[in-house]
Amino acid sequence: MIAELGLAALWLAAALAALQLVSGALGLTPKGAALAGIVRPVAVVQGLLALTAFICLIYVFAVTDLSVKLVAMNSHSMKPLVFKIAGAWGNHEGSMLLWVTVMGMAGGVVALIERRLPERTMLATLAGQAFVSIGFYAFLLIASNPFERLSPTPVEGNGLNPLLQDLGLAFHPPTLYLGYVGLSVAFSFAIGALVTREVGPAFARAMRPWVLAAWIFLTAGIAAGSYWAYYELGWGGWWFWDPVENASLMPWLAATALLHSVSVLAARNALRAWTIMLGVVAFSMSMVGTFLVRSGILTSVHAFAVDPERGSFILVLLAIYIGGALTLFALRAGTVTEGERFALVSREGALVFNNVMLSAILGIVLFGTLYPLVAEAMGAKVSVGPPYFNPMGALFVVPMLVVLAVGPLLRWRNDRFGRVGGRLVIPAMLVAAGAMALLVMGGVSLLPFLGLVLAVGLAWASLLPLRERKLRRTPLAVWGMVMAHFGVAVSLFGMSSESAFSIEKLVAVNAGDTTEVGPWLVRLDGVEPVAGPNWTALEAQLKVRYKDADPVMVRPQSRSFWTPPQQTSESALLTRWNGQLYAVLGGEGEDGRWQLRLWWKPFVTLIWIGGLLIAFGGVLALIGRVKSDLRRIIARDRTADRRESQGR
Amino acid sequence: MSEETPTTTRKGGGWAIWLPLALFAAFVALVLIGLLRPADRNVESTLIGKPVPEFQLPPALPARPGLDSRDLANGKPHLVNIFASWCLPCRVEAPQLAALAEAGVPIEGISVRDTTEALQRFLDEHGDPFQRIGADDDGKVQLSLGSSGVPETYVIDGKGVIRYQHIGEIRPEHVPLILDKLREASR
Amino acid sequence: MAIKAKHQRLVLLAIALIVLIGAGLLAAWALRNQASYFYVPSEIVADPPAPDRAVRLGGMVEQGSLRTEADGVTIAFVVQDGDARVPVRFSGIIPSLFVEGSGVVAEGRMGRNGVFIADNLLAKHDENYIPREMQEMTTAQAERVVAETR
Repeated sequence: MIAELGLAALWLAAALAALQLVSGALGLTPKGAALAGIVRPVAVVQGLLALTAFICLIYVFAVTDLSVKLVAMNSHSMKPLVFKIAGAWGNHEGSMLLWVTVMGMAGGVVALIERRLPERTMLATLAGQAFVSIGFYAFLLIASNPFERLSPTPVEGNGLNPLLQDLGLAFHPPTLYLGYVGLSVAFSFAIGALVTREVGPAFARAMRPWVLAAWIFLTAGIAAGSYWAYYELGWGGWWFWDPVENASLMPWLAATALLHSVSVLAARNALRAWTIMLGVVAFSMSMVGTFLVRSGILTSVHAFAVDPERGSFILVLLAIYIGGALTLFALRAGTVTEGERFALVSREGALVFNNVMLSAILGIVLFGTLYPLVAEAMGAKVSVGPPYFNPMGALFVVPMLVVLAVGPLLRWRNDRFGRVGGRLVIPAMLVAAGAMALLVMGGVSLLPFLGLVLAVGLAWASLLPLRERKLRRTPLAVWGMVMAHFGVAVSLFGMSSESAFSIEKLVAVNAGDTTEVGPWLVRLDGVEPVAGPNWTALEAQLKVRYKDADPVMVRPQSRSFWTPPQQTSESALLTRWNGQLYAVLGGEGEDGRWQLRLWWKPFVTLIWIGGLLIAFGGVLALIGRVKSDLRRIIARDRTADRRESQGR
Repeated sequence: MSEETPTTTRKGGGWAIWLPLALFAAFVALVLIGLLRPADRNVESTLIGKPVPEFQLPPALPARPGLDSRDLANGKPHLVNIFASWCLPCRVEAPQLAALAEAGVPIEGISVRDTTEALQRFLDEHGDPFQRIGADDDGKVQLSLGSSGVPETYVIDGKGVIRYQHIGEIRPEHVPLILDKLREASR
Repeated sequence: MAIKAKHQRLVLLAIALIVLIGAGLLAAWALRNQASYFYVPSEIVADPPAPDRAVRLGGMVEQGSLRTEADGVTIAFVVQDGDARVPVRFSGIIPSLFVEGSGVVAEGRMGRNGVFIADNLLAKHDENYIPREMQEMTTAQAERVVAETR
């Protein structure tokens, strides 16, 4: 019953999305103006219906209604409740439903609260949002109905794979999804503005919170995904330039560029066409990423875990929406009036530089990710990895970071380097001192070297915008910016330090042997079998000692699961303020010695701490922006009330 | 809008504003080539048309005979299903195998790296279409058949020659194909 | 420093285009040099890549060829494809699915002495074909994709 309710809600939501599109589009014409009034209410109801459908799905998963095919395929009555619920979106159909739900809800919120924009732009925006939603509703209802019944009802579900019962797995994908879908709102705003040609600060202010929120989720999602790969894969690395990772990085790069250009538009009414294009590109990258991951087009080695049909469906949606939006852009952008002008040396100039660099990096990542496809079309099998991405990325990241240190100090419109130069003396000295120290130490290769010295300078420079301000009265948005930029420095320091100073040791040892890795002494006490609920493992008892401190036990395992049979190595991490010890247990040799792989990774945790700082900076900025927007709205309503009462 | 500054409308950019669209079109073309290229992804077994390699597998269940390659050359076409109790897709194909068995197709099983108890539980839960089940505990026979995963299903003709290899689970829409191949094999 | 106001849009556009096209050309050049090609033993024997070039070598581990060296962490084995044999050396933790007779992809480079030096071994990871209903790209699968595309 609940499943049918969910399906009905989904159909109704789809119908309302169609109504929203038609009435929004007709509302723009002189004849259809009467329809304009219903667009907002329809958008709100559409969002609520999608939410109803999603709640129904969560319900059938929570009670394990096995007559629903999706539940039977992906759940099991013995699962803990939290994994039953997370199972609702841990599959293709459910995640698509989550996608349309978030999209519908976001559209509803826009319809409910956004009053700054001209009504025509709002109509076009909501119509655009509905247009995108319809495609995903169609995808769900035609090709991937989540509420399909199964007859006869199986006695038990199929989804008790313990490997998938992981909290990180349950919440990491939806975090990225929230980011992707948030960008769809920015996309709709861009479409709305293109249709009515009304691009200006009000438009930028309306769009900014959505971009910020999406960007926060993407940042947090990427940081969490990276840490997951780091501890779970047991390879010691934290970023592999794998297509799945790149698929989440590309929307982030576009969203970061958009975030900065939208600030220029909001503050200075410049970069109009460029911001619109980034709005389109950011959501395109979300869809391209989803497509690349889902279609499996880039992982042809693994031909069975993917579905070309569903990939094709997403490709069709992609072609319609993105192709359509870019065509509209090409037709209209030339007629969007040019914004305010500015000198090259100015806050705007620095932000333009940031945008161009981010776009270049985006291009490099996209190109590198797609290159195996190009090569395959020409008959060669290749893979692209760090030897390409690292130096090519650095080529553009380094100048961007230099400008990042200077940009926030510059004035809008027009400035001189001479004015801000004085304040940059200390960061410059830090850079020089760091460079000297590293040169004396020697043995650090170019990229980590640049990263370390830049990180030190940038950490200081990023705090400079707070000088000469009364800290109490500094707007939250400025605090947010400072914190995010500081986070970049922190993260960069972690990455460079990991790459420059990591010490790796690969040994075969007998029980009782001691080996040294960096400042640590590691002694293998023995290897013992241990058992978990669904696995057995060999566990190494490592007594590790940091310099003169008391010894600590760490226990890396080599785990064997039996349903399905699979071996994983559970690395053991020991965190100290200045780094992590990372231990992996390998196999036993014929002579009875055990393989151990040990790393001492100085300051590696800063990578993710920096990522969290960046995301937290975004949260501060979002709170600040929303607060000041609300204040403005309230003030305007009061004036309107007063005017009204005076008019009477 | 009061904030909008009226500036002259200029057709700036020219061809450059078509650039994003052109790049996007190139992307779509590229992935279309990738999607449409006839999938040489399905590794066709080189063993098709060749006799089944010789093997003798012990019984996987005490009450059921094991599988000998000579059992397959008894004049009638057979299905040989490589499966395991730990394999999720094998559960998906169980109803199709049951339907085939019901239609009178002799189905032989090779259970890969399994235990008697787990296997028995699997058959109890998901149905048991097998005449014989051989235990391939180290996966050697599976490899010798050119199979690299579970489930895989082979159509073997009456002379013990491999006629068709089905990779992955048999879905309802594959059943007619399998029946076709069996009919061909019986000719 | 101020640009002639009239041309600002064009100048900015030109700069951005130049940078982006430059980035594209650089990327194309770098990809030609840095992409790592996939070889099977007969190809690598017939036409070996430059000694320092990162490549991947895929084939079967020859029965009886696996040896562990005295340090206990370096292994030597032969990868073959029926036509040619390539000796490989690898130091590191051996993946659990790596056994003689199994398929393997080795990432590394061809040494000057004809021995392939592997930095990483990818054994065929999952022998369980995944049906469409279970194909949601979870991070667990992402892990597998990571493992198989690297």
